[in-house]
Amino acid sequence: MVARTTPHHDERRGAAPPEGGPRPPGAGLTSRVAARLPLRLRRLGLPYLLILPAILLELLIHVIPMLVGAGMSFLRLTQFFIRNWSAAPFVGLSNYQVAVDIDSAVGAALLHSFIVTVCFTALAVGLSWLFGTAAAVLMQGSFRGRGLLRTLFLVPYALPVYAGVITWSFMFQRDTGLVNHVLVDQLHLLGERPFWLIGGNSFAAVVVVCVWRSWPFAFLILMAGLQNIDKDLYEASAIDGAGWWRQLRSITMPMLRPVNQVLVLVLFLWTFNDFNTPYVLFGKAAPQQADLISVHIYQSSFITWNFGSGSAMSVLLLLFLLLVTAVYLVTTSRRKSNA
Amino acid sequence: MREPRLLPWARWIVLGLLALFTLVPLYVMASSSIKPLRDVQSGFAWIPTTFSLRPFSDIWRTVPLGRYFVNSLVVASVASVASVTVAIFAAYAVSRYRFPGRKVFTVTVLSTQMFPGILFLLPLFMIFVNVGNATGLELYGSRLGLIITYLTFSLPFSIWMLVGYFDSIPVALDEAAKVDGSGPLGALFRVVIPAAIPGIVAVAIYAFMTAWGEVLFASVMTDESTRTLAVGLRGYATENNVYWNQVMAASLVVSVPVVAGFLLLQRYLVQGLTAGAVK
Repeated sequence: MVARTTPHHDERRGAAPPEGGPRPPGAGLTSRVAARLPLRLRRLGLPYLLILPAILLELLIHVIPMLVGAGMSFLRLTQFFIRNWSAAPFVGLSNYQVAVDIDSAVGAALLHSFIVTVCFTALAVGLSWLFGTAAAVLMQGSFRGRGLLRTLFLVPYALPVYAGVITWSFMFQRDTGLVNHVLVDQLHLLGERPFWLIGGNSFAAVVVVCVWRSWPFAFLILMAGLQNIDKDLYEASAIDGAGWWRQLRSITMPMLRPVNQVLVLVLFLWTFNDFNTPYVLFGKAAPQQADLISVHIYQSSFITWNFGSGSAMSVLLLLFLLLVTAVYLVTTSRRKSNA
Repeated sequence: MREPRLLPWARWIVLGLLALFTLVPLYVMASSSIKPLRDVQSGFAWIPTTFSLRPFSDIWRTVPLGRYFVNSLVVASVASVASVTVAIFAAYAVSRYRFPGRKVFTVTVLSTQMFPGILFLLPLFMIFVNVGNATGLELYGSRLGLIITYLTFSLPFSIWMLVGYFDSIPVALDEAAKVDGSGPLGALFRVVIPAAIPGIVAVAIYAFMTAWGEVLFASVMTDESTRTLAVGLRGYATENNVYWNQVMAASLVVSVPVVAGFLLLQRYLVQGLTAGAVK
């Protein structure tokens, strides 16, 4: 099909930012450059012009900082060099050596934080997925109050992180919180009021809060996934005599597998990198038992102002996540093609 | 569908427990926000004994909540409008054109989603500070720096979801518009965008919520005048006292705009996910 010349006023209107928002970089460029270039070149270059703003922004905020961060991890970048970091001495791999040396205090703390984070992620992702699946499956079909319940379930996801988490931190207060009021005063399950935000209980606390926040997302995605399953499949299998369990095992779960593949990965990455929940829940000083890795790196960077070592830890974290993601995608995709 | 006899029971028990789990913190937030300080400090009570709307007027004086609110509103609105605009163009290119580098682009953009925020927090902080020193362009501590940062946070998901959504709109519609004399961009604005409104709205909500709730970068990249709600809410805790009733009242106030918007538009989000991302 022959492309026609576009009336210029159309493109200008098209490129104008809506409702007085900031001019997206490159959008104005699209119309001006496009008007001058020959037709063939315009057709060829158009997709690149369209993705240019996205590329520039990704470069500026993600790619370049990541490369800079990788570079910083080879420097002794302490507070003396923050304003003039080109003067920071090159120290090779020594930041990495310290971070992985489990005999050093820094390395031991990092390993501890890593193990805590692995346990935290496994529990929180597992429970979020379980709750989300249970709710989505049980809410198939129509019954009274379904719409209301769906709306309620989505509220924790819509709530700003800090508002929800700060409420939990109030509930976990030792003397004035709801949790101890229920457990100690009302149910008499415990004789003494435990602390929830310091000591061993803090791990349970942060898991509960994280699940509360993230299971609605699993629910939302799985609910959308269920809507895409062809209703005829259920009817056909019902005619063949399949019961509810049989349909769940043979239709619902297999049909959700592609959705689950992405969902579990996204939940894993978000939970592993979660900074907001522990930071708001515990404030500046996270207890040792709930020392999640993002907060750990943040604190060891900004308290000691040693950005070189912080960057080295971040790079190690990224490498770990890349490895897990690659292994996960390869194994789950292979199983899918075998099935 | 034949259901097992116990299913209705199981359904109500499981859904009931999940509803309780969801509801309790929301109830605590609402009920504690109308208690006097004395009552929140003297142990928890399910039913407030004394009602007081004082916390709702005090919150604006204890910390400059109004300023934080305006900062959050400006940052989140501008970031989400900009993010959606950029995502629409990029998604249109990926959905409608086959060009070399298309796959690399989508994979790279999506994979930035997995980067730990902490990884580029330190370098970005350094870059903003040093750009400011070199050029006088205030990125560190300014709203602009925060806007640019937040808009890239929602960009990968927005592009991914809109590509799925645009793919579900028949290309024949574009072609028809082109026959009528529109160029490719004309087809985008006359056909694709109007047909993709639910997806676009869903993406805009997501982008707004992302920016409104972000804590990590807000706590490092802002100063007293540009501070957002995410950081500002900490101001209710002083050395020896936490005004929990005001914290709850403030949490309620800052949640209402996003939760109301989300609930009004959740239909679009589910539609958008169903048509786009989940397919």
